[in-house]
Amino acid sequence: MDSSILQKRKKIIATTHFGARSFKNHFFFGIVLLLSLITISIVFLIIGTLVVKGYHQINWSFFTQVAPDTFDAMMANASGKIIPGGILNGITGTLLLVGLASVIAIPFGIVIGIYLYENATKRYANVIRDITDVLQGVPSIVVGLIVYLWVVVDITKGYSVLAGSVALAIMMLPLIIRSTEESMKMVPTTLKEAAIALGTPYYKVILRVLIPSSFSGLITGVLLAVSRVMGETAPLLLTTLGNSSVNWNLAKPVSAVPLLIWQFYNDPNMVNLIWSSSLFLMGFVLLLNILSKWIAAKKSIQ
Amino acid sequence: MNSDKITKYILFGASLLILVLAGGMLYSLVEGSVPSFRVFGWKFLVTPEWNPTQGDQHFGALAFIVGTLFTSIFALLVAIPLAFSTSLIVAEYFRKTWFANVVSTCVDLLAGIPSVIFGLWGFYALRPFIVSIGLSHQGFGIFTAGLVLAIMIVPYATSLSNSIIMMVPNELKEAAYSLGATRLEVIWNVILPNARSGITASYILAFGRALGETMAVTMLIGNANILPKGLFSTGNTMASVIANEFGEASGVHLSSLIEIGLLLFVITAIINATGKYIIKKFA
Repeated sequence: MDSSILQKRKKIIATTHFGARSFKNHFFFGIVLLLSLITISIVFLIIGTLVVKGYHQINWSFFTQVAPDTFDAMMANASGKIIPGGILNGITGTLLLVGLASVIAIPFGIVIGIYLYENATKRYANVIRDITDVLQGVPSIVVGLIVYLWVVVDITKGYSVLAGSVALAIMMLPLIIRSTEESMKMVPTTLKEAAIALGTPYYKVILRVLIPSSFSGLITGVLLAVSRVMGETAPLLLTTLGNSSVNWNLAKPVSAVPLLIWQFYNDPNMVNLIWSSSLFLMGFVLLLNILSKWIAAKKSIQ
Repeated sequence: MNSDKITKYILFGASLLILVLAGGMLYSLVEGSVPSFRVFGWKFLVTPEWNPTQGDQHFGALAFIVGTLFTSIFALLVAIPLAFSTSLIVAEYFRKTWFANVVSTCVDLLAGIPSVIFGLWGFYALRPFIVSIGLSHQGFGIFTAGLVLAIMIVPYATSLSNSIIMMVPNELKEAAYSLGATRLEVIWNVILPNARSGITASYILAFGRALGETMAVTMLIGNANILPKGLFSTGNTMASVIANEFGEASGVHLSSLIEIGLLLFVITAIINATGKYIIKKFA
């Protein structure tokens, strides 16, 4: 009796092909899990490579001296020492470029973001939003080409800090516009209406209500935009070229950490400096990323 | 009242900057490519020879167009299974658990890694590996560049499809489960049909990213100005030829590079607009 029920069950299972379906289900899950583990393991592989190969070059002079010339590096390699010098010209250059780019992009980005938020349904605003999306997709090398034509050829008559900053600012602008608009959308409209009902002038509604209440969102957007452009190399190749010493003159070429990495990569004597510079850049970018995540998370709790 | 109007004009005036930027970009690229267009005309698009040697200069973009499409399509084909799997893990299998959190944080970190570091990793870690398993002699080429490119575009492909998959109504999935469907059948017959257009759009946007990626590709593709013959052949993409030759270019050579930039600008704009249009229309 018992065995006949069991047989019946087996028969049902066989006729509904559940065994095969169940197997397929588990098999698919296994593949999905494997592929996603491969994807995330690459992050650890890359960061691990940078840490293992780069940490022993990071010392005090790494932050206080400019990049060595290729002869010094060759001598150090020949005698088995670590390469002297550091990436001070790159660090100051990156700070200068990204700082100036932020000064250009943040005010425009926030104001245009506010415009899009305030006129969300207008046809013209929709066109602006679509063009902003297209601008965000423009490859960085093309941005570099355009800024070369605009600034390097016509304004500074040579590679310059200004050109590099304009290129980075053009890349930051769409990111800041969209993040401003998105974080303004989170502000309850009742807040704005209350301010308007009190007869507050429009500019004060923006400065005292809209911006403060979406402030953490704005900061998150700006930090993400900064971290995106900080590692950009291609547009800087066409606009600031690089400089072997520290430079604060806006009309002169300047170096940047990603540019130095590219330069070290092309010089066989400098190979050992690649990893420490990359580790530094990576650490800085990740720090900004984590900071912006942290601010965004704090905001969502409130 | 007056100050309100001024504020509105300031907001509106700032928005004009976007129009000026986009218009100015297009204008400068077109103006810059006129000298090249005068010499080569439409043949520029179908000529594979690219010879910058003084005296015998002639330029055609076909090799780079083919190289770009080849690399990007290969990258997309590799990226889709990876991106789709991580999306399913984050948005379906382990939805709202710590593991989903870990996976999505890792993918975000991947998006934050600068292109030049991807290139270094590809050059010093992936390339020797490809040589050691005997896939290629030098390790440079479409295959290596495409693999690294695939990893780079995974975050762009997942970020959007995650939220699209999450948006599939729970009632639909529960209905399917109650009829005895397995998870795979729910994914295949309920989630995919509902999220198809959104997922497609996010892969299109990722493809747009792949087309314009410069540094990592330049470091890995081998930089040979030839029509790529196969997956393991060396080649050059539109972005990488600009990065490589821009420094020493002048005259018609420079103008030809700008024309390639114009092509890249137009192609990525069309791809991006298509992706956004699909999202707006169907998702």
